[in-house]
Amino acid sequence: MRIDKDLVAASATPLVLAILADGESYGYAILKRVRALSEGDLEWSDGMLYPLLHRLGRLGYVTTEWRAPTEGRRRKYYVLTDEGRAALADHQRQWAAVTRALNGVWPGSGTLLPTLGET
Amino acid sequence: MESVEPQIAEWRRFVASAPAVNGHDVDELEDHLRHQIAELNAAGLADDEAFLVAVKRMGDVDSVSREFAREHSDRLWKQLLGSAEDASPAPTGWLEALVFAVAAAVVIEVARLLAGFPDDEPTWFARNLSLFVLPFLAAYFLRRRQLAARAWVLAAAPFALSAFLINLYPWDADSDTEILVALHLPVVLWFAIAFPYMGGTLRSHERRMDFVRFTGEWFIYYVLVALGGGVLMGLTGGIFEPAGVDVDRIAAWVLPAGAAGAVVVAAWLVESKQRVVENMAPVLTMLFTPLFAFMLACAAVVYAVAEVGDAFDRDLLSVFDALLLVVVALVLYAMSARDPFTSPNWMDWIQLVAVVSALVLDLMVLGSMIARIGDLGFTPNRTTALGLNVVLLVNLVGAAVLSVRFLTGRSTLHRLERWQTNYLAIFALWAATVVVVVPPLFGFS
Repeated sequence: MRIDKDLVAASATPLVLAILADGESYGYAILKRVRALSEGDLEWSDGMLYPLLHRLGRLGYVTTEWRAPTEGRRRKYYVLTDEGRAALADHQRQWAAVTRALNGVWPGSGTLLPTLGET
Repeated sequence: MESVEPQIAEWRRFVASAPAVNGHDVDELEDHLRHQIAELNAAGLADDEAFLVAVKRMGDVDSVSREFAREHSDRLWKQLLGSAEDASPAPTGWLEALVFAVAAAVVIEVARLLAGFPDDEPTWFARNLSLFVLPFLAAYFLRRRQLAARAWVLAAAPFALSAFLINLYPWDADSDTEILVALHLPVVLWFAIAFPYMGGTLRSHERRMDFVRFTGEWFIYYVLVALGGGVLMGLTGGIFEPAGVDVDRIAAWVLPAGAAGAVVVAAWLVESKQRVVENMAPVLTMLFTPLFAFMLACAAVVYAVAEVGDAFDRDLLSVFDALLLVVVALVLYAMSARDPFTSPNWMDWIQLVAVVSALVLDLMVLGSMIARIGDLGFTPNRTTALGLNVVLLVNLVGAAVLSVRFLTGRSTLHRLERWQTNYLAIFALWAATVVVVVPPLFGFS
């Protein structure tokens, strides 16, 4: 299935925030998680993730930290802040409202569009 | 992975050549690429195949770097302003700038002829001075940003309104309020230029920061042009004076035309020769912020210890106001030139010292000003100075609080930037108040 570009862009922020809500992570791991979660339906250019992460950093939703593991290269970790959590909750509310509305006009497709976690 | 190391290095160089992508970003992207290659390797692909797939997945470098540019407009803002798609500045830019610069120069000379210079110096000339020049700068940006007719009308409104108002007001002879208007109108109109400069919007936080950056760089270029002009004039005088040419009389006409034209030329230089200043401006701020911070801290201590608060007379107060304005401008500009991703460093502490010292000085100035007003009553000058100091005080308090919160890790730089960019509107409003409200309040005296 091909998902519209705008929809991919719109879902990117909540998706990344939600992944980071599970614990700190770095770019490649986040992207792998996105692929796994969407079963490959969400097509991102890998490179696009980083400007997005930097934007989240600027807005104060995540903090960053360079860490050198015992072996291998230095890597930049992203950690969700309290503000990021608040932003995620806000995104969840918005998406819940959107899915509710879509469920309303697409009767019978309730299973296709399970409501997101109501908050 | 050894066999593709040269390719990886090549790719890295290519990515790093994009102007909005810095070294850390490239490290991060390279780490990603290597991860991807390793995983594809593990899945059975040969090195070179894995490399090709990984690069393909990374996305084409142009669009990725454009995305970086959109996020890091501070690294690349000149390319965002024209249009996001076409990064190269318009090649015909200089002709356009020249036309507007010459127009400004011509208008100023015509105005001087009408005013009867040099024998006569009517006050309407000083009052309207910025209106002779700045509309051309606004028009230059309106054209450069290719804005629609509606934006032209909106951008023209503040110029038309202020021209209308300040020439209808019935000024007294030797009016203080008229001088205040002459001082504040340029500020108001400069803020009016923000609208065309920002591409027909005023809301964007990032573009407001761009405008601050533009203002700082414009100032640097203007000073450079003025210096060059000064050297030229001096040498011209030295050469033609002995030949019996009355250089002073010629200079009296050349100088204003040059000064007016340079306003547009400096803006054009900022727009098209961005890179030069980009290297210079952060260095200048790095150099002068500590010096100003030191000077301010010394001044704060001296004035607090020596208790010379009563010695604040009119002249000293205006010097202090000028100093405080310079500090606020410097702090604002340093912030606009700062990379928002680095964590707090010593420069931020020095800025905090500057802000807090300025705050202390401002409080002392305010105290003595209120005392003066208590003794001598309100005059246009004192009211304006009081208002300016209150406006500055609120700005400095906000900046100090947010800086401390940022430096102690309890807030983000973004908050601090937001505070400053939102506050620009207050500065503009205050200047507009002095132009529009203060004169009638004091009966145009």
